[in-house]
Amino acid sequence: MMRTVILLLLGAALVYALYTNFTKDTANQIQMGSEAPNFVLTDMDGNEHKLSDYRGQGVMLNFWGTWCKPCEYEMPYMENQYHAYKDQGVQILAVNVGESNYAVNSFVSRHNLSFPVMIDKGQEVQVAYRVDPLPVTFLIDKEGKVIDRITGSLTEAKIQQHMEKIKP
Amino acid sequence: MDELKCECGHVNPTGTILCEACGKAVGNRQNENKLLDMRYEGSARRSQTYNKSIIDKIWNFFSSVKVGVSLIVIALVASSIGTIFPQETYIPSTIPASEYYEQEYGAFGKLYYLLGFHNLYSSWWYLVIIGMLGMSILIASIDRFFPLYRSLKNQKVVRHDSFMKRQRIFGITNVSNQEVNLEQITERLKKQRYRIREENGNILAEKGRFSRWGPYVNHIGLIIFLIGGLLRSVPGMYVDKVVWLREGEMKEIPGTNGEYYLKNNAFIFEVYDKGNKEDEAFVKAIEKTGTAIAKNYQSNVTLYKQEGEVLPGEKPQLQKVKDFEIKVNEPLKHDHYALYQVDYKLNEFSKMSFYLMDKKTEEKFGTLTIDLNDPKPSYQLKKGYSVELMSYFPDFEFKENGEPTTKTRIPNNPAFIFKMVTPDKPEGEVSFVAIRENIEPAGENVYKMAFAGVETRNATALTVRKDLTLGILFAGGIIFMIGVVQGAYWNHRRIWVKRKGEEIWIAGHTNKNWHGLKRDIALVVQTTPLFEPTDQLNEEKFSNKGEEISG
Repeated sequence: MMRTVILLLLGAALVYALYTNFTKDTANQIQMGSEAPNFVLTDMDGNEHKLSDYRGQGVMLNFWGTWCKPCEYEMPYMENQYHAYKDQGVQILAVNVGESNYAVNSFVSRHNLSFPVMIDKGQEVQVAYRVDPLPVTFLIDKEGKVIDRITGSLTEAKIQQHMEKIKP
Repeated sequence: MDELKCECGHVNPTGTILCEACGKAVGNRQNENKLLDMRYEGSARRSQTYNKSIIDKIWNFFSSVKVGVSLIVIALVASSIGTIFPQETYIPSTIPASEYYEQEYGAFGKLYYLLGFHNLYSSWWYLVIIGMLGMSILIASIDRFFPLYRSLKNQKVVRHDSFMKRQRIFGITNVSNQEVNLEQITERLKKQRYRIREENGNILAEKGRFSRWGPYVNHIGLIIFLIGGLLRSVPGMYVDKVVWLREGEMKEIPGTNGEYYLKNNAFIFEVYDKGNKEDEAFVKAIEKTGTAIAKNYQSNVTLYKQEGEVLPGEKPQLQKVKDFEIKVNEPLKHDHYALYQVDYKLNEFSKMSFYLMDKKTEEKFGTLTIDLNDPKPSYQLKKGYSVELMSYFPDFEFKENGEPTTKTRIPNNPAFIFKMVTPDKPEGEVSFVAIRENIEPAGENVYKMAFAGVETRNATALTVRKDLTLGILFAGGIIFMIGVVQGAYWNHRRIWVKRKGEEIWIAGHTNKNWHGLKRDIALVVQTTPLFEPTDQLNEEKFSNKGEEISG
């Protein structure tokens, strides 16, 4: 009996060691289904956006940079889908990874973006979301949970699918 | 549980070979004629007793020393194979590991990669071996320690005749017509720091029993060491990250969960200088190498602590902790974190200045300075003169279609498209300016942006390290060594003196260093009528006296 308990304990320790080792890479990422880290950023029009204020709505959180081509590629699609879904309770927040106001402003006007664009100057939000590489998009549902993390450029159809998923 | 009752009345657990109390063979497993096998005191080891159920088999597998040694050998061989080619961390990050090993080392390299040797300490089979080794250490110890402890605790002063006779050191003295001073004997034993137990003129003298626990203490140290290694993967126990900071920049220190911020005030790179008096001693070396020899890499930083609850993106509420000069091997240490100088970048462009100039007359109409990390959309100069920044490319290159673009956001190769507005050209003239390049896309301009100067700054890279497992690893190592010393420098010696009618029987046992035991006994019996007992193992070598002894 005693030996069974000892063997079970040791077996469990071994399994735990293997498990933590194999989830080591993903442990450095936001876990699906976990609560999205809250943040506050000010957009280019001077409005503050606090993630927790969007409870009850779906949020597509996009991290991007002006020099990043795949980021640029998906911007017009996000703009289109933003208009289609903003009245259905899905918000888009586009977080620049810390460039100058000049670079971001000229990018925004060049692409006529109307969704809130904000700059993460201190790179704290990127650290909180473990952003690397760009672009990366997080889907946050109405309960504030991260339900998906998409790396790489999105097509318009994909964006629409994702918007449907987080629609409240 | 079944139990074995010895004729001395002591009840032994099943599997016992020698009665814990009197030492009589109860297991019937040993050849009556031979010396007793005293390993683990003939106690009831589970692994030697049961071999039926699956639990028994697993237990027996892990408690085997053979299995343990095999696991150590396998781990050693695997670890050495892991050093043949570089580990994944040390290969260039530009090529994926799946291609690198085959490309560099051919078929063997591919096999190396496929078997996981490129990332040995994280490969599943290596971890399984180490895990099994840990289980083996623990189970083998449990299997041996508890029965041994029980046996030594229950031993009686008076041992069974057969136990005495079959000890390696044994002798009988007939004392019918002589006086034997037992007190003198105990005195002498005590002088040699034996602990004495007496019962009706029989003596058990024992010393160094604690050395028997050496191997188990040693194993506990090993297990603690393994646990320490395991804890590295527990969040908060171990941090190993890098942060890049330009001069003047302040950032959250990664791995601190926003608790600490660091500002880089200056990065200093010094080389040995022939002209410098301080470095006179090195003149020859400097001339010999012909290149600059680094003398100092130093980051002057200020550490800040975040006060209160602040969300990411919110303005941090920082409290200055301290200023510090980080040098190689002189890390900034604070609150279990350590920041080490690891890399640097010199002379990154930070600001560029231009004159607005009439190309013909070279008359200047003011200067403007552009912060390359935060440019303004327009710059006002003298009345009527202004410059608009139409486009800015921090790390400029031409796209395939000939359009200018930027590779990164770092100002490695800045380029600008300016619109120069002047009283005589109120519509503005467009000029494309890059390093050593000046293009006028809309035909000949009257004005130009003339390069006036550049400011640079350095960047430093620091490793952020935190390791709470170090203490555990140290404790494990120290306990390991204590165990080694305990088992290696002391021996467990016992001397039994038994009075049997007109005879006095003496038997001795030690776990190592028989010579020492014999010397102890010789010192005790000298000048007494008692014979010095003989080493039956030596005698056996010459003639088989086994029967005589047991007879």
